Amino acid sequence: MHEIIKTDKIIPFMRFRFGAWIFSGLLLIASIVSLSVNQLNWGLDFTGGTVIEVGYETSADLPAIRQTLEANGFGGAVVQNFGTQQDVLIRIEPREGVKAQELGNEILTLLQQNSSDAVEMRRIEFVGPQVGDQLTEQGGLAMLTALLCILVYIALRFEWRLALGAVGALAHDVILTLGLFSFLGLEFDLTVLAALLAVIGYSINDTVVVCDRIRENFRKYHKYTAQETIDGALTDTMSRTVVTSLTTILVLLALFFLGGQLIHGFATALLFGVIIGTYSSIYIASSLAFALGVSREDLMPPEIEKEGEDLEPLP
Amino acid sequence: MLNKFPLWKNLMVIVILAVAALYALPNIYGEDYAVQISASRNATVDMQTLETVEKTLEDIAIQPKGVVLEEGQILVRVNSDVEQLQARDALLRALGTNYIVALNLAPATPEWLADIGGTPMKLGLDLRGGVHFLMEVDMAEATRKIQDQMRDTVRGELREERIRSTSIRRDDTDVVIQLRTDEDYAAAESYLNNRYPGYTLLEDEANRTLRLRMTEAKLKETQDYAISQNVTILRNRVNELGVAEPVVQRQGAERIVVQLPGVQDTARAKEILGATATLEFRMVDDENSVYEAEQGRVPFGSELFVNRNGGNTLLKEDVILTGDHIVNATSGFDENQRPQVSISLDGAGGDKMSLATRDNVGKPMATLFIEFKATGERDENDRIIFERNAEVINVATIQSRLGNNFRITGINSQQEAQNLALLLRAGALIAPIQIVEERTLGPSLGKENIELGTQAIIWGFLLVVIFMVIYYKKFGLVANLALTSNLVLIIGIMSMIPGATLTLPGMAGIVLTVGMAVDANVLIFERIREEIKAKRSPQQAIHHGYDSAFSTIMDANVTTLIVAIILFAIGTGPVKGFAVTLAIGIITSMFTAIVGTRAVINAVWGGKRIDKLSV
Repeated sequence: MHEIIKTDKIIPFMRFRFGAWIFSGLLLIASIVSLSVNQLNWGLDFTGGTVIEVGYETSADLPAIRQTLEANGFGGAVVQNFGTQQDVLIRIEPREGVKAQELGNEILTLLQQNSSDAVEMRRIEFVGPQVGDQLTEQGGLAMLTALLCILVYIALRFEWRLALGAVGALAHDVILTLGLFSFLGLEFDLTVLAALLAVIGYSINDTVVVCDRIRENFRKYHKYTAQETIDGALTDTMSRTVVTSLTTILVLLALFFLGGQLIHGFATALLFGVIIGTYSSIYIASSLAFALGVSREDLMPPEIEKEGEDLEPLP
Repeated sequence: MLNKFPLWKNLMVIVILAVAALYALPNIYGEDYAVQISASRNATVDMQTLETVEKTLEDIAIQPKGVVLEEGQILVRVNSDVEQLQARDALLRALGTNYIVALNLAPATPEWLADIGGTPMKLGLDLRGGVHFLMEVDMAEATRKIQDQMRDTVRGELREERIRSTSIRRDDTDVVIQLRTDEDYAAAESYLNNRYPGYTLLEDEANRTLRLRMTEAKLKETQDYAISQNVTILRNRVNELGVAEPVVQRQGAERIVVQLPGVQDTARAKEILGATATLEFRMVDDENSVYEAEQGRVPFGSELFVNRNGGNTLLKEDVILTGDHIVNATSGFDENQRPQVSISLDGAGGDKMSLATRDNVGKPMATLFIEFKATGERDENDRIIFERNAEVINVATIQSRLGNNFRITGINSQQEAQNLALLLRAGALIAPIQIVEERTLGPSLGKENIELGTQAIIWGFLLVVIFMVIYYKKFGLVANLALTSNLVLIIGIMSMIPGATLTLPGMAGIVLTVGMAVDANVLIFERIREEIKAKRSPQQAIHHGYDSAFSTIMDANVTTLIVAIILFAIGTGPVKGFAVTLAIGIITSMFTAIVGTRAVINAVWGGKRIDKLSV
């Protein structure tokens, strides 16, 4: 049988928890610093404005396009390649007094008039500022609601210390992913927000599996200390954690390389989030619960449990 | 011990998978290029139309794949997109403006599949190309209009009751009445109290002021009415654009989503959608002969229009009133149980109407409906030329001097009354709309997105399948079987749910589900390995592996499902698509990974004594 991790011996995870905390702490500080200094590169969905994607038959002459736009009063436009040399993305911030709804078609006509090449309209998106503000609000609200619902569910199903540990780990994942986007200046649009919520979903999946095992081992083995029990649970689930992360990362790599430009930010956020989520469910969630003093008594079932009873008789 | 499933469980797995596979099947057949013909207001699609269509196609030498008349629509399937355009233009010319001719893609699902309700998944605009508009209705304006009308009503009624006021004005959403004397105040108070449903009367005796305030319920009703009325208007206008399967839908409290698949010319679409006031009231010119006018001798000061019965009506040139003064129009019955339409006008409209009808009691008044229609011709920029169409939809005799509220009687049927009310409402936007979001996707980008999404799903799937076989050997094969069934289930369910739409993020959701769906099997197999290490017999290992992994899988998936539901609740458009596939994927993967694999494992290994497991 193939095994990625040999699990014959208990790995002393908790012994390294201070190292993990320092590591995570540094990353968190770096993320927060980057978020406050660089801020997020908000996408069109949130800022409002107009985006035009056009396709040329041959490589597009970006300086010439910029010149055309500038000459016609669209000085602030951002012009860049999108995916390939032929595809061009033009982004225009919302401006006072300009009928933004008409902007997309105006620019398209302008480009078609000023190019010997055929210019194909691939995509025009206009988002009004009122929509953007609302989306930002909704996005933040969704994130908080998700964390709160998970907190309540785990507190009910397991125990409040584990719940706090799990939610702490989730917040950690979200902040680090946001930090990465801010640090690299990647565009944060609606799909990235969806990816972030999916990261929460994935990471909680991982954390619940670990929590479940911690509870089970506390109930099963009475001679070990809390630290040993948690180490044991982490070791038991290690192989599953790694295998599931691997399969998820495999599909995400496929999405990252084959999914196209529109889905790139989504794939990046998920890829990073899954890696960080795997690490945090091993180290952050359980060590937080440990630091909060989770113990056997907290996890014993209220009534006499069925688990550990012997098997049903053989036929 | 042996691991065996009862027969019903095995049958359940087989039946569920078979049904899902059956409904997933239409997606394989793809779609035909098609032209869809439906009737606009006063025409019907019948066998005669069908003959015209067939003949027209014959004339331009197009051999259609099929021409079907169904549910008042004709669907013509052709072989290529070039033929599709040719057929559309020819049919537009042949059928004239009474019919809507739209480009469409028709699923090439075989008949037997279509008969049991099999349809392919609906594709979102990001996969099909088209325009998406998000429009916001100006609610403040809608309430203002209603309150202005209320102010005028109060003013008129108090005057009639001879109650003197210094001022009656609108203050935000209140109507404020300032009375002259204490006697007037007392009289007004007793007159207005509980007079208008949906309003509460706030009293301020010291200042001799009364306030009529809209109740919350009335305010909400007004806004709901404004939205649904605007949706109706937009739907009518979208129909004039000749788009197949348009979506016009309310979103939230004050927004409307309009989706036009396949439309590229957004400027034109916006022009039509944003058009206002298309209704006029005019006096009928009954002094001159219609016949003379038909011969080309139209008298000075009059105009000739077609009417609904196919004939002509001679109208005065002066417009009494335009449709933007109409606040509401409803159909109902008069005291003799004959159908009628009640119309409410705003203040200014009421004044105009009152003035114009004062001296015209007993004379006929006409309602003229004006709209824009596609002609099928194109100008030099390849844009469809629209023509202004005016038509007399009703002629009624003025019975008495009219005010803010009046009614049109003498209508032939209840159906006609309903149509007239709808047209009257459609002529006037109760509140202005503004486009707050617009997304246009070219058709090539849509095709590209489908291709990219499919590639990602296939490669992601293959990578996971290979990994599982290497790592878990024969049990890995079982997990792969579950993974394949999971894909079939997702596609089958997506095709079955009428409202579900596949988007690019939705495809990403399927990819992610493929990666995460094996998790349940990984959990189970790891447990089985542990049990084997703990020196249990293979059969016991299988039994305990599944049992002890179950609650873990449930907890883990329920939390992920919570996230998917939140995503669905707050997300719009593409993000909702992601949430839908993610949620469906979580549920189906639990079924295939727990019940499905168990059925296979029980069938292969469960029924016999074995020494070793290939896991």
